Amino acid sequence: MTTRGKSAGAGRPRLIFGSLWEFDPSPETADPKLKARYDLFIGGEFVRPRSGRHFDSINPGNERKLAEISLAGPADVDAAYRAAARAFGPWSRLPGRERGKYLFRIARLLQDRAREFAVAETLDGGKPIKESRDFDVPMAAAHFFYHAGWADKLEYVVPGRTVAPLGVVGQVIPWNFPLLMLAWKLAPALAMGNCVVLKPAETTSITALKLAEVLQDAGLPPGVVNFVTGAGEAGAAVMGHPGAAKVAFTGSTEVGKAIMRQLAGTDRKMTMELGGKAANIVFDDAPIDQAVEGIVNGIFFNQGHVCCAGSRLLVQESVAGQVVAKLKDRIRVLRVGDPLDKNTDLGAINSRAQLATIRRLVAAGVREGATIYQPPCVLPERGFYFPPTLFTRVTQSHRIAREEIFGPVLSILTFRTVDEAIEKANNTPYGLSAGVWTDKGSRILRMSSELKAGVVWANTFNRFDPCSPFGGYKESGFGREGGRQGLLDYATLG
Amino acid sequence: MLPRNPHAARARLLDEVGAVDQVGVEERVAKFTTRSIKKAAKLWGLKTAVSMTDLTTLEGKDTPGKIESLCRKALRPHEDPKVPPVAAVCVYPAMVSRAKALVGGKGVKVASVATAFPSGQTHLRTRLAEVRGAVADGADEIDMVINRGAFLSGEYSRVQDEIASVVEASGTSVLKVILEVSELETFDNIRMASFLAMGVLRPGDFIKTSTGKTTLNATLGNNQVMIEAIRDFYADTGIAIGMKPAGGIKTAKQSLQFLIAVKETLGDAWLTKKRYRFGASSLLNDLLRQIEKERTGAYQAPYYFSDAAESY
Amino acid sequence: MSARALTRLPVTKTPKVYIGGAFVRSESARTFKVNDAGGAFFGNIPQCTRKDLRNAVEAAAKAGPGWARRTPYNRAQILYRLAEMIEARSAELVASLVRFGAREADASRGMSVAVDRMIHYAGWADKYEQLLGSVNPVASPHFNFTVTEPMGVVGVIAPDSPPVLGLLSMVAPVIACGNTVVALASEKVPYPAILLGEMLATSDLPAGVVNLLTGFRRELIPTFATHAHLRAVYAAVEGEDRKALRLGGAESVKRVRFVGRDEPWFSEAPGGLDAIRDFVELKTIWHPIGS
Repeated sequence: MTTRGKSAGAGRPRLIFGSLWEFDPSPETADPKLKARYDLFIGGEFVRPRSGRHFDSINPGNERKLAEISLAGPADVDAAYRAAARAFGPWSRLPGRERGKYLFRIARLLQDRAREFAVAETLDGGKPIKESRDFDVPMAAAHFFYHAGWADKLEYVVPGRTVAPLGVVGQVIPWNFPLLMLAWKLAPALAMGNCVVLKPAETTSITALKLAEVLQDAGLPPGVVNFVTGAGEAGAAVMGHPGAAKVAFTGSTEVGKAIMRQLAGTDRKMTMELGGKAANIVFDDAPIDQAVEGIVNGIFFNQGHVCCAGSRLLVQESVAGQVVAKLKDRIRVLRVGDPLDKNTDLGAINSRAQLATIRRLVAAGVREGATIYQPPCVLPERGFYFPPTLFTRVTQSHRIAREEIFGPVLSILTFRTVDEAIEKANNTPYGLSAGVWTDKGSRILRMSSELKAGVVWANTFNRFDPCSPFGGYKESGFGREGGRQGLLDYATLG
Repeated sequence: MLPRNPHAARARLLDEVGAVDQVGVEERVAKFTTRSIKKAAKLWGLKTAVSMTDLTTLEGKDTPGKIESLCRKALRPHEDPKVPPVAAVCVYPAMVSRAKALVGGKGVKVASVATAFPSGQTHLRTRLAEVRGAVADGADEIDMVINRGAFLSGEYSRVQDEIASVVEASGTSVLKVILEVSELETFDNIRMASFLAMGVLRPGDFIKTSTGKTTLNATLGNNQVMIEAIRDFYADTGIAIGMKPAGGIKTAKQSLQFLIAVKETLGDAWLTKKRYRFGASSLLNDLLRQIEKERTGAYQAPYYFSDAAESY
Repeated sequence: MSARALTRLPVTKTPKVYIGGAFVRSESARTFKVNDAGGAFFGNIPQCTRKDLRNAVEAAAKAGPGWARRTPYNRAQILYRLAEMIEARSAELVASLVRFGAREADASRGMSVAVDRMIHYAGWADKYEQLLGSVNPVASPHFNFTVTEPMGVVGVIAPDSPPVLGLLSMVAPVIACGNTVVALASEKVPYPAILLGEMLATSDLPAGVVNLLTGFRRELIPTFATHAHLRAVYAAVEGEDRKALRLGGAESVKRVRFVGRDEPWFSEAPGGLDAIRDFVELKTIWHPIGS
């Protein structure tokens, strides 16, 4: 009757995951209501970029053009900061109750148009419609809703101190959760009374500009929020503008460091949410099937384009064979394909460049002697796709154990003891998140206290909530987003 | 050999089979409910579900007339000849000969509940006599209940020995072992009980969720715990045990979600009545209703289908 | 109104109270007459008895576990939707207050403050835990944390004036933190509570979470005081009534919180945590930290 430690060998009876019951295509048909061309959003209006130039945003699921996006330059960024500065006085002086009601409106209007936004997000970024629909959009609305309620309770943020807004904040967000990252940035900043200049990621600007319509419908005073779309030049301008009382950046550690260097010598307040190489640690007493699900959630959710992805599996040797065998069975039923199909589990990689990065690092893994496993799957001919991938026999020195791949690739290492697990988990310049799978409560608490990570998930993974502070240690950044703690980064204390 | 310390026996058994995280299971099964099944895939699923149905009547007020009606429906659920017959009819022991006379040899099995269903609270000798009686009357399948009192007291050997006795009394009839998940309550218990049962079953036997006589019956959650146990047992031993969720599955939509769970957990080899059954009564008509809707494109009223309870 | 002017007879509404998600008369079938501010007959309001109060407590107890188990975010959304419903019909509520003697400006302002206060407490639902709960740094290798929990069924006795603003200001904090409520509306101006019941029914608030009674304080206060299943009472009462609630409450060790005539109902300063703090339990949990 026993199962522990068994069923790892080659003689193990195989399950058939074949074509007996094929699913028909099931595309989401809601209209994303895209425009052919998107302007910048400055001072409450849609305005043309000074350069007059635009660039194409394509659908990574089929490489087709979706829309044209304005290319902002330093002059546009400057105009945005001026609009925000003008709006700041009245906005910050509004009673918190009234500011909150704007944020409640935004949350509700976004909920009204949830399906439209979900389709747009999937088309622009490549993530499965199931995820945009069930996670990204509802969570974005929840962030606005949650922070709306703080606006008139700011005296509780730091008991005994008064809080005041900083002024105009500059924000740059990444392409992996475009709308959600926007909500994470805007909601606390606005609740606190700041005004915002924000640059969406180059490959995913569409849902930001759709949200601008929602801001108009909500009657948000002009200039409180401004969106400048573009490339690196616009991003640097947003981060470096003298009008920014604070800047917030979410993106790669490499670019984060560049910004920090750029701002050295100024007094600019900043928060950074950067990369990660999280360890997902499975002990031999873990509920194994749920741990396997957690591992899968940890690395294949959003195609692994997640800063806090559980990209390193550390599995206790005694159950390693069993866990890996179950993992392989589990990923054989993951469906890779058209992001707009409601049954797709793994969508498209966000860009050609990112696909190249993933391929390069996977090749390095193979070259360095790790063992690769990819389930059989048919990838669409057009679009950027990569199958779910496991590497076993990985050690700490392998590149695939050290460098952030940002793709659906899991590196699997083993350990024997608790101490060894902690050492291996912490042996990284990153420190964003970690996972622990065990049935023993005291061990969860010990691991949590010793893992150097800003978020520890015990017997779960990739769980987020507007009230739960999120952020990293070490080169994963500093500052927190969410919860009472997250508001502090948008306030000055008196 | 009974353990002197029941607590040690439980800890040993749980350690052997592994613990289950309830929240994790619920998250996994929630993904089954977001699968979108359309057109040909939907029709395949609906017809397969019909072929897997154990059409059930287990009421004190059952009469020969009721059994006759049930059996006719079982043999030919719908005038459309492309709709398969059900897998079995499931009745009380007193009705077995009548059912066998009607469906015997026509591709529909006769399943009988036995072992003092649903509580199981009589002497073992009585329970075994009931099984032998039903088999003698022609039951092709026996649906038994485990001794929950013994399980919850930690008497695992006794639970298992009793199942083994029923296996013996069943002869060549297929045995389905009802765990009664509502009384076991936790997913850990359900997993442990599954392994206790499978340890003495033969290939082609089943484990089953519930009697349908309590308020909590089959859910995607407890179905998942049991099919994961079946999968792990198969990996260890090569023995393929079947699964039967019973009670609480009233709509075609639900039944498709259960089939998706099987497809993604056990794979194609379990998508057959030989290894998966639905213990249900009103489900059948909802399946037929959906099949007819797929065929005609129009939503159907319940009263178009024979034996429908709804008049409105 | 002259016979010539009356071309169509309006259909009057039968006032019923909102208990367990349904609109009912008093189990006693008793009513009391209310006239409007001009002295004209308005309607017959249910005169609720202690049995009605008993039934309401049953309904609130039945709804309790489900309401407490909902996520704080869900409760926040439901409270916000209730505010939406009330806002949408605030003109009707203002009109009913004016009908019974309020000045239009006061009634209007009162409704704005009431809706904003509901939204304020909606916003508290998923935040108070971070302020009232804690992780406690004990001097042993244990993880020690304190969490809040709703108390259960709470009785609310609303002030006579302001009828709607007072009732909502008292009910909102109590349900925001997961309790269910049996409330006695203003004795002098009960009709707006009848309307409020309709708005509760059309929000997403589950049946039984809030139950509204109308009737006389002298008949109902004794049962508010002694019903053992009411874990707490929040009452806008004075003097002898306070003593009665405390005395009767002692038998079942009830928590009581009072507001007086000087309560600043119309203040636009947001309410604090106080009303929430008084209606939650605190539970502290220990677990070893080790391997």
